[in-house]
Amino acid sequence: MRTDPLVLGVAFGYLALLFVIAAWGDRRAEQGRSVIGSPTVYTLSIAVYCTAWTFYGSVGRAAEYGPSFLMIYLGPTLAMLASPFVIRKMVRIARAQRITSIADFISARYGKSGSLGALVALIALIGITPYIALQLKAITLSHAVLMNYPEPPGLRLVEEGFWADKSFWVALVLAVFIILFGTRYLDASERHEGMVAAIAFESLVKLFAFLAVGIFTVFVMFNGPGDLFARAASHPELNDALSLEAVPGGGIGWVGTLVLAFLAFLTLPRQFQVLVVENVDERHIKRASWLFPLYLLVINLFVIPIALAGVLLGDPGGDPDSFVLTLPLSAGLDDLPLLVFIGGLSAATGMVIVETIALSTMVSNHLVMPLLLRSPHLHLGSRGNLSGWLLGIRRVAIVMILLLGYLYHALIGDSYSLVTIGLVSFAAATQFAPALLLGLYWRGATRLGATLGLLAGFAVWIYTLLLPGFAQSGWLDDTFLQHGPFGLAWLRPYALFGLEGWDIYSHSLLWSQLANAGTLIGVSLFTQQNRLEQTQAALFTGALHTSLVYTPLWQGQTTRGELEALLNRYLGAPATERILTGLAQQTSDDQAVPPEVIARAERALAGALGSASARVLINSVVRGEALDLEAVLSILDTTSQTLEYNRQLEQKSRELAKVGEELRSANERLRELDRLKDEFVAMVSHELRTPLTSIRAFAEILRDNHDLPDDKRRHFLDVVVLESQRLSRLIEEILDLARLESGRLTLHPQRLDLAALVRQSVDAVHRVQEERGVMLEVAIDTDEAPVIGDPDRLEQVIINLLDNAGKFAADENPHVLLRLERHKQHYRLSVEDNGHGIGEDERERVFEKFHQIQQYGAGSGQVRGRPRGSGLGLPISRGIVAHLGGRLWVENASTLGGACLVMELPMAPAGIEVQEAVKKNKAPPER
Amino acid sequence: MKTPRFGERLVALIVLAALLFSPPLILPFDRTANGGLSWLPLYLFLAWGIVIALAAWLMEHGYDDQGGA
Repeated sequence: MRTDPLVLGVAFGYLALLFVIAAWGDRRAEQGRSVIGSPTVYTLSIAVYCTAWTFYGSVGRAAEYGPSFLMIYLGPTLAMLASPFVIRKMVRIARAQRITSIADFISARYGKSGSLGALVALIALIGITPYIALQLKAITLSHAVLMNYPEPPGLRLVEEGFWADKSFWVALVLAVFIILFGTRYLDASERHEGMVAAIAFESLVKLFAFLAVGIFTVFVMFNGPGDLFARAASHPELNDALSLEAVPGGGIGWVGTLVLAFLAFLTLPRQFQVLVVENVDERHIKRASWLFPLYLLVINLFVIPIALAGVLLGDPGGDPDSFVLTLPLSAGLDDLPLLVFIGGLSAATGMVIVETIALSTMVSNHLVMPLLLRSPHLHLGSRGNLSGWLLGIRRVAIVMILLLGYLYHALIGDSYSLVTIGLVSFAAATQFAPALLLGLYWRGATRLGATLGLLAGFAVWIYTLLLPGFAQSGWLDDTFLQHGPFGLAWLRPYALFGLEGWDIYSHSLLWSQLANAGTLIGVSLFTQQNRLEQTQAALFTGALHTSLVYTPLWQGQTTRGELEALLNRYLGAPATERILTGLAQQTSDDQAVPPEVIARAERALAGALGSASARVLINSVVRGEALDLEAVLSILDTTSQTLEYNRQLEQKSRELAKVGEELRSANERLRELDRLKDEFVAMVSHELRTPLTSIRAFAEILRDNHDLPDDKRRHFLDVVVLESQRLSRLIEEILDLARLESGRLTLHPQRLDLAALVRQSVDAVHRVQEERGVMLEVAIDTDEAPVIGDPDRLEQVIINLLDNAGKFAADENPHVLLRLERHKQHYRLSVEDNGHGIGEDERERVFEKFHQIQQYGAGSGQVRGRPRGSGLGLPISRGIVAHLGGRLWVENASTLGGACLVMELPMAPAGIEVQEAVKKNKAPPER
Repeated sequence: MKTPRFGERLVALIVLAALLFSPPLILPFDRTANGGLSWLPLYLFLAWGIVIALAAWLMEHGYDDQGGA
């Protein structure tokens, strides 16, 4: 069943399917119905992160080093969580400046420096080519396992010709694929829609294949995860397999790998390609920021079960990297291993495609083009169309990179295990992190600092990872590993400066990043940026804050003819046409070109050639200072200043609005108080005038009529005395009220028995009530009711309450009930009557001054022949009770059905000094 | 549009995730179960899932709902 023709047929059939999908994607893009314009496709394209290294190597790493493989995926999870900050900024910058690769990005940030771009491209080429080789190796190896099982794959490339190696032909097919779909346009910042569609499809295939083998292992070879883990647990060798002890370097190795993966995810050229260059819409980032971690979680779910199953079932000599294949093979299956092989193939090819495109763009734009631009044979003065040349260079670069990768794999690939190459490449890519991330957030980072930092970090990487790797493969004398070069023990590559006990990756990461970032910061602090660097630094760091468009501010002069010739040579006629559309056709060749067209031309050139070369070319035709840097800088500064002013102004106006609101409410309150005062004065005058009028009238009668009978005269005098008493009582009450409201009421609080006071008060009013025919009932439910209070004032309150109740009890059989009871930590005194009661909405108003006068007026008093109240009794009572820390309110009478006024006073704490208690209970004045 | 609260919440989530994924917070879970396997992988997957769920909630709701504020 597993015949070579079948396997090869399926494999190359799968590759053919990729061509179909890519062609379909490009066709749809041309019709304007893009298939990649969705956050899900964006997420799947990011999943190119999961290479053959994930597919085969994770299981191998889990089998050997326990859960440390998870760090390779938790790091990117953290990076994706931060993507709304970091990656969104990178996408926005890349769009504005037509950035085509990470080399271009770093070069553009540091003043469009050609040398820096070349350095980044070189490091990427050296660091990443082994990673491509790793993918090809995985294809060869998985094919050998598939064909030779149960024999060991034991295939040596050296013994056979390269034409027998399947991965050579796969690489060749991939080269054709990449040339067809990766270099359709000269402008590398254009999206490769077909390619992205194919990559997204590959991500689905590898996920499906891995889940299939995982489910098969757990649920068919074992009876579910419980069975698998139980059997693994009973295996003594596996006891520590999943704990931190299995992780090289322990806790430090753990964190080191996490940081390594975090940084590498942002700086690997292929990740930059799919995250930034191929991003269609920056809104897709927010969905991808959680969907991609979810993808990682799902594809890693079965890694540990497969690794455990492989160790449990496999022969001890078997390579853990191949468990994914050998497990279903050992079960005697034919279809599933083929699916797994295709899954691994998709993981490998996806990575190779994207990485090669990214690397070829860097190599052609930053290594080859700058050389060609300087070469005399391609002198700028010579005529001829170069756009074909440019595409040709990029295509040759693609073939060369794949060939390089293949050679690496064929010649030296056997000496490394999969995981080793992967992490070494990761560590190389992280050398871009300081220049990239610091450059994004620190405006002061300079070109020289970035260049030296990169060189320092790269040198440390070579010394601590690459050379020892070579030594272990046997190409170098490995004595310097054990004893250090020239016998200097503190220079041992795996224990630099005596730092021992770390795993080699964390060790290398620490020293290389220290050297890299340290040099970048240190040199930047002592060097000056040139003007272009300043502009670019400002544009990069401020990318998210300012709505700054890349404003064309060209001072230089050029003519339409010159610019057209330049663009024609490098971009071809159709692109030139598009760029110059703004210019009227009849413009003659020697007419000056407007600045925005020059800016457009530079951006278009940057998309094709990288920003550094584009700058060189534009400067070759533009006379005078091409870009008015001062102006750009001042615009930037003004923009940020304006933003700052705006922010301050907004804050001020918010404060002002708040103050205005406060003033308005204070004003309203004042008006209300003023109205109340007027009303009060009117009421008081009215109240005072009534008794005064009658006193005056009777006094005049007495003065004018000397012959009045004696009994009449006495009656009149009685009236005068009564009215005077009433007047003085009224004045007394008004004074009380005034004191209460101003807080000057002096009380003499002392510990007293409320029950006794109630009895005393009842005795005082008993007589009067009886005269009025009111039946007064008293129910005291407590023996003693100790409270803190002023006895005179409290008696005044109780009498007032009883008096009121008597007045408003029913006309027939008036009945008043006084009750004193304990309620929690308070004593409650309630006075009920059997009158009409008080409506809900009136209940608070009875405590307003003179309320009763308004409500009942002279009428009710006269009808019943009872004395009228001043309408001040209840407000005064409430004030006194409040001063003593109690409350006074109205509720429904539970027994008699009329109104019920309830006074509540706190129980006097035993043994507390009187003064203190009062201070504690004393409530603020009502107003 | 993003809101200031979104930024703060996202920073908090990133810090939480970084803490959950690294020592010393992983150490208490590095215990062997009765049989002999460590709980660590199970804990990592659970923490990972929770972080993803929180991120999904924040990105899909915290981002747009208060927009324009």
